[in-house]
Amino acid sequence: MTDAGNTQPAPADIRPPSQLKPIVWVQRNLFNNWFNSVLTVLALGSIYFIGRAVLEWAFFTADWRPVTHNPILYLVGQYPRDQLWRVGASLLLVSFLTGMSWGKWKGIMRSFALLLGIGLAILGIIPAGGQLGSLAVRIFFLINLPAIYLGYLLGSRKFVTGGLVLAGWLLSFSLIPFLLRGTGEGTMLPTVETSMWGGLLVTLILAVGGILLSFPLGVLLALGRRSSLPVIKLFSIGFIEGIRGVPLVTILFMSSIILALFLPPELRIDRLVRALIGMTIFSAAYTAENVRGGLQAVPAGQIEAAKAVGLNNFQTTLFIVLPQALRAVIPAIVGQFISLFKDTTLVIIVAINELLNIGKSILQSDVEFLQLQFEVFIFVAAVFWVLSYLMSFASRRLETALGVGER
Amino acid sequence: MRKFSLPLASLIILAMLLSACGTPSGGEIVEVEVTRIVEVEVTTEGDIQVVNAPGYGEILARVQERGRVVCAGRTDLLGFGYLDDDGRNIGFDIDLCRAVAAAVLGDPEAIEIVPVTAAERGPVIQTGEVDLLSRNVTWTSSRDSQWGNFTITMFYDGQGYMVRADSGIKSQDDMDGASVCVTSGTTTEKNLAADFRERGLDFEAVIFEDTSSVYNAFFEGRCDVTTSDRSQLAAIQAGADNPADYMILPMIISKEPLTPVVPHGDDQWFDIVKLVMYALINAENPAYGPITQATVDDVLASDNIKGKTVLGVEGDWGYSSLGLDADALANALRAVGNYGEVYNRYMGPAGIAFTLPRGLNEHWTDGGLIYAPPIK
Amino acid sequence: MAAAQVISAIIVIGALIWIAVNVLEAAKLRGLSLGFDFINDPAGFPISESVIPYDDSYTFGTAFLVGLLNTLKVSIVGILLATILGTIVGLARLSTNWLVNKIALAYIELHRNVPLLVLLFIWYFAIFNKLPPAKGSLELPGPIYLNQRGLYLSWPRLTETGGVFAISLLVGLIVAIIVWIYLRRLRERSGRSTYFAGVSFAVMLVSAVLGLALSAWQPLWIDIPVFEGFNFTGGLRLTPEFGALLVGLVMYTAAFIAEVVRAGIQAVNLGQMEAAKAVGLKPMQTLGLVIIPQAMRVIIPPLISQTLNLTKNSSLALAIGYADLFNVGRIMINQAGRAVPVFSMVMVTYLVLSLITSLILNIYNRKIQISERSS
Repeated sequence: MTDAGNTQPAPADIRPPSQLKPIVWVQRNLFNNWFNSVLTVLALGSIYFIGRAVLEWAFFTADWRPVTHNPILYLVGQYPRDQLWRVGASLLLVSFLTGMSWGKWKGIMRSFALLLGIGLAILGIIPAGGQLGSLAVRIFFLINLPAIYLGYLLGSRKFVTGGLVLAGWLLSFSLIPFLLRGTGEGTMLPTVETSMWGGLLVTLILAVGGILLSFPLGVLLALGRRSSLPVIKLFSIGFIEGIRGVPLVTILFMSSIILALFLPPELRIDRLVRALIGMTIFSAAYTAENVRGGLQAVPAGQIEAAKAVGLNNFQTTLFIVLPQALRAVIPAIVGQFISLFKDTTLVIIVAINELLNIGKSILQSDVEFLQLQFEVFIFVAAVFWVLSYLMSFASRRLETALGVGER
Repeated sequence: MRKFSLPLASLIILAMLLSACGTPSGGEIVEVEVTRIVEVEVTTEGDIQVVNAPGYGEILARVQERGRVVCAGRTDLLGFGYLDDDGRNIGFDIDLCRAVAAAVLGDPEAIEIVPVTAAERGPVIQTGEVDLLSRNVTWTSSRDSQWGNFTITMFYDGQGYMVRADSGIKSQDDMDGASVCVTSGTTTEKNLAADFRERGLDFEAVIFEDTSSVYNAFFEGRCDVTTSDRSQLAAIQAGADNPADYMILPMIISKEPLTPVVPHGDDQWFDIVKLVMYALINAENPAYGPITQATVDDVLASDNIKGKTVLGVEGDWGYSSLGLDADALANALRAVGNYGEVYNRYMGPAGIAFTLPRGLNEHWTDGGLIYAPPIK
Repeated sequence: MAAAQVISAIIVIGALIWIAVNVLEAAKLRGLSLGFDFINDPAGFPISESVIPYDDSYTFGTAFLVGLLNTLKVSIVGILLATILGTIVGLARLSTNWLVNKIALAYIELHRNVPLLVLLFIWYFAIFNKLPPAKGSLELPGPIYLNQRGLYLSWPRLTETGGVFAISLLVGLIVAIIVWIYLRRLRERSGRSTYFAGVSFAVMLVSAVLGLALSAWQPLWIDIPVFEGFNFTGGLRLTPEFGALLVGLVMYTAAFIAEVVRAGIQAVNLGQMEAAKAVGLKPMQTLGLVIIPQAMRVIIPPLISQTLNLTKNSSLALAIGYADLFNVGRIMINQAGRAVPVFSMVMVTYLVLSLITSLILNIYNRKIQISERSS
């Protein structure tokens, strides 16, 4: 607070730098008073030193073999290599639906579809070691591009309604776990136990599954918190505040280890599902609070109007209050998805091989890799950064598109 | 309203599909019908009746129905349980699991390895979530009473210290005030604390959750000493940039008999796993052939009675009462080879993980402790 | 309606009873002990750092307390530093300097989009472990030593008579505060000058001199770290595990607090500032009396949830070997074999910590809101 004037929003010279003479722009934005000049010089100095050290390390000192040796491990973990087409097919389905959503809703979905396409194209052509570099895998990545475009063409048609696309998404989310896990030995799809799943695949399953499953639960809890039935209300409040009061690791620990100790012996729940349960109840408590905010934002007049036209309590909630409330909380839910995506790293404490943990396993796969922790961590950090940055970028666009971000 | 009908319908289908997952074919929740037959019959004279405890035979039945042996293992310890280039789980501990699967199901690939952390080892075997725990478990009396049945020690390890060669440390007495890196939740940290307290020495414990963090911190210089099972220390030393910079001190401060564990309450399964381990050990004995992966058929054709008994063509080694096929042990040996082969595959002179002299893990005929009851 | 009340009550209570019955049954079946009798048994495992005396011969109960105190230590220091850093970064985001503004933005985006666990690994293994070894420590004036075993500070400690000095200082401080409040109120009521700052300061000074005299002018001695054997001994030591966790948590949380602070300041209406100028307030007065109080109203609620997050996130300490509550709890579960009792202790402790934190900040929040309304 040395310079009170510094805390005010920038003076509104919003012309892009290109329209100003560079020298003038520099003067106005970097050297407009002595304090800012000092800051600029300090900032430039530190950027130079840090940047140089980082680049030198990345290009000369670092040994990237644990990353480049067999990158497919980071994508799917131990998933049997002869069954990889199933992961590919799931990806294809997602690409196609993303394309359809682009055709249907344009705007924000367009950025999503383009980003997905670019990402897959990059994966398809970068030089890579191991199976990732094989022709079959490259083709698998590249056929997603026409799939996106096909989806786009279909989605642009009039007869494809938004409901149809949504239904497609929901169906594919229930189909994909089946496809990945299989239907049993001797059938077309031999069982691939979830203990064999790993890498980014598991990270995405936990994040997407967690947010999808927690959503209905969170809405119920939010409604329960406003319920006039004291038992339901107390239970909802206790559940929400209890979960929000403890760290996610303790919930994962409970759902994975303590829960297993108390299940009847004939009822065994898959370990990945147990972790997913933990993520879901954790996320549900936060969703409930977000939805509660949305519910409070619905004007009382709406409810009175609904009552006036003769809707009962249940109908009012379902058709009047919830649709408005949920629309208002979409950006918050996207934000929560991003943090859930990052939180999937915590399943490391129950030995599920998600992206970070598979990296740690790779370090142990060769004596020469044992000491290369830093390279692996930086790589994992970069993957997370790119994906969550793109998501938060998209969510900001979404906020503007929905016009609900402004308060 | 119409706008919502399609998503609503698919939500219902989603719910139905998810509930369908609950059936055994879909499989997130596997319900296994458990029938406990308690046969208590009054034995009449001259008539031998077997009285089986509740739980007897449950696990084998479950394994056969499922078509897979479920083992708790790990993917993050070089040599014992780690990943190869194809992402397959390999290692010493994993081969023991494969041997059991080959014996009871005839297929060494019919396994599911569930990676667990050190903290989960007790719970997964206590609850019977896995059929076999083969993840460097030290056999101790309290674990034996709480966790499950410990079969037979397959790897004799002992806790040791590793220091930098130029540190001048020769024994614990030189370590007063040192920082020591160690893994948490294991017998190792208790042994360390006891060893230093008995000698009246001071130390700073630097405790990590996983092994790779421990060694990384040690190599970076965070600690003067690191302590662990000597097999792990050897692996880590081999992985150092310059192995000669480090030194494993000669003393051993604890006994670490690493042993596969089965759940309490099913003696048949306990016997089966033990027998498979006996077979791996005995097959290395020259008196049995020795039987290796490559020589199984030679021994079958030979007239080595001991060897042929193991392979199930010369009398009953116990298979009929355990409900196994006569060639069960032969399958196990075909799958992974004898004990020496399993050891050498990962830790022998040309081992794919690292090289560790067998020491106590030599076959007893060579002066080691690897010894098993005869197969006959 | 009454029927719904009864039915819902039966369902919820029935479910809870069903769970309890199942738990007890399973505990009996598997021989799990649900008792807390192990608390007084010797723990048998070492803990890397502790604010109270501890070694492996102490009890499980003490070990748990050590974990709790370690969590409190990192949380309290962390919340303070994160608030300060977050405010600075938040102000930098509002800077008119383009470069500073963008650096702050890059900082925020970097921390918000990478999992904290990964950041902690990087901080610990890539930064703190790469410091010079103990024998070649960086020496700063003080003396302060920095190496991969930690930060060693020369630290004033109380001598035998130092207690008297500390007590008289404390009494002086309390009296000074009371005097301050009383005289200030008096001035507000009567309008007379009461010199509240000067009088309070005098009270403090007198009590300090009195304390010094009573402790024979020797209240403190300086504990200087010395290199001995493998490590430095003496002085105040901050371990690298604590340091990495603290820095990681502070940097991560500060990125979120920065956004909170920025939004809070931007929420203050520009007209307010102009009005303040019009009534003749100086810039510092505008900031202190107009902008900050109003911004605080917006900032405090999200700040509460961020500080709670920091406390909860400190449970990731186990990845880098800091002995926090969760880490010690996990080790206890392994060593005592009592998963359920230990685990419920850990959960309840976190819950209580959360409740206390939000209670304190809520009281503060309410105070701010009321004073705003009454003015």
